[in-house]
Amino acid sequence: MSPTLFWIFAAITLGFGAATLINRNPVASALSLAVSFLGLAALFTSLSATFIGIVQVLVYAGAVMVLFLFIIMLLDLKAEQRRQVRLSALIGGVVIAGLFASQVVLVLRHFPKGNHEFPPLSLPHPDAVNIGLTLFGHYNLPFQVIGVLILVASIGVVVLSKRELN
Amino acid sequence: MNAILQFLHPLIDPASIPFLLWTTLAKSIGLLCIVLVMVSYTVYAERRVSSLIQDRLGPNRTGFPLSLFGNLFGIKWRDWSPILGGLGQPIADAVKLLLKEEFTPAFVKKFYFWIAPGLGIGAAIVSLAVIPFGSKIWGVDMVIANIDIGPLFVFAISSLGVYGIVLAGWSSNSKYPFLGAVRSTSQLISYELSLGLSVVPLFMIVGKLNLVDLVSYQVQNGWMILPGITAAKPHLPGTLGSYLIIVPILISFIVFTIAMFAETNRLPFDLPEGETELVGGYHTEYSSLKFALFFLGEYTAMITGSSFIVTLFLGAWHFPGIPEGGAPSLAGLLLGFVNIGVFFVKVIAFLLFFIAIRWTLPRFRYDQLMKLGWIYFFEIALVNIFLTALILAFVP
Repeated sequence: MSPTLFWIFAAITLGFGAATLINRNPVASALSLAVSFLGLAALFTSLSATFIGIVQVLVYAGAVMVLFLFIIMLLDLKAEQRRQVRLSALIGGVVIAGLFASQVVLVLRHFPKGNHEFPPLSLPHPDAVNIGLTLFGHYNLPFQVIGVLILVASIGVVVLSKRELN
Repeated sequence: MNAILQFLHPLIDPASIPFLLWTTLAKSIGLLCIVLVMVSYTVYAERRVSSLIQDRLGPNRTGFPLSLFGNLFGIKWRDWSPILGGLGQPIADAVKLLLKEEFTPAFVKKFYFWIAPGLGIGAAIVSLAVIPFGSKIWGVDMVIANIDIGPLFVFAISSLGVYGIVLAGWSSNSKYPFLGAVRSTSQLISYELSLGLSVVPLFMIVGKLNLVDLVSYQVQNGWMILPGITAAKPHLPGTLGSYLIIVPILISFIVFTIAMFAETNRLPFDLPEGETELVGGYHTEYSSLKFALFFLGEYTAMITGSSFIVTLFLGAWHFPGIPEGGAPSLAGLLLGFVNIGVFFVKVIAFLLFFIAIRWTLPRFRYDQLMKLGWIYFFEIALVNIFLTALILAFVP
């Protein structure tokens, strides 16, 4: 993949990720997160993982974030915009984030395999077929278990959202 | 540009990039021109068909060529007006919308108010990129982006279209648009589920997640809902399984078509802008060009939806008796264009169906809409997948 485009999409992902945190308006935050997801989807696509890329858009940007936005708009939050920034919290946050970032840089610099360039994978099937084969073949049991887990969760939601329990 | 192409097709031969570049550009511009003209004439068709249904005349005056020019060239307008009268109406409408005052109310959230109309129409147009709108012309596939996950791409991009409506309603900062936006969010999210699930049986039958492969399967084995129509020879396949499989396909066609009505906010599901309850719904505060963009977005979404249905169920560009074009000769070239024509004729037929439904059925109540989506369609689409799997696995 072209490095220029990698940097552009990486910048979009990280920039809008930061905007999610910095924005005081909750709706603007949610929208920034959605754009960040789009950048991430483009990065996945550039790695020939088109399926994951599109599912990222379909599920996160298209459904989850819309629901988030929906809730935020209904609640009409104003408290966050009025709140003053505390100086001590700001300094503390910046220091901790800086320490973490320097740690990451130090570790990565002493990790020679990170610079190694790998040849592109040549897969026998399209992306979606590979995922299907792996998911329903090799990881069939975990897949079924997760299915049951989600079923239990959705039944739980139905029970909890009923007003009167008989 | 080269970087973008290598980004999209990592294994592509660098020598073929210029060719790919200009064919893709030509296809995009061509398709956009066809679709935008179709959009304006769909609006015209809507007005004429509705007046036909309601026993009125509709817009039948604005001439084409506009009356004045007609007189200059010695064309007697009176002879032609019963046939061509009103065909200039879309141009007049566009000029009217462009020249109206661009009014932004003082109480709106400006940034979101401005980007909302573009998001809606953008999503509708981008989805067209993966739809194969013809066979081949001079060996070039008539699809802008032939990707392996075509249907998922369409669903993903059209699910982004809801941002346009939500932001319009919220940024207008007034009650009716907000109610419209809230309604539309829950409606679109609910019907996306049945829309996505209802097409799964088709791809189980074909075994591939590529729209071009789906179309060539239909050319070889018959249209999805009319399996008798094939390119090979007009005969019905013999085995029991190949007859039984028509049942889940018909179910999926019905669920998909009705869910598409809900996704494009068309009557009987146009709750987001129900005039009698919400004034104009999410675009109440919009005027001039920004309103026009919403309007165009709605009709472009209709065309995208119809093209998608035609591609999935009605054999796309294939018609019995018309062979596939694409050979590098004059006949191949002409056949290629005929194939594109067949595709758009089918799309137009489906658009007329959309319009006829709108002026025939009354609007649903909101709880009925939600019940239909969640209690009936979602379950029917799920059971349909199991039914298809059973037939494919156990009936030869």
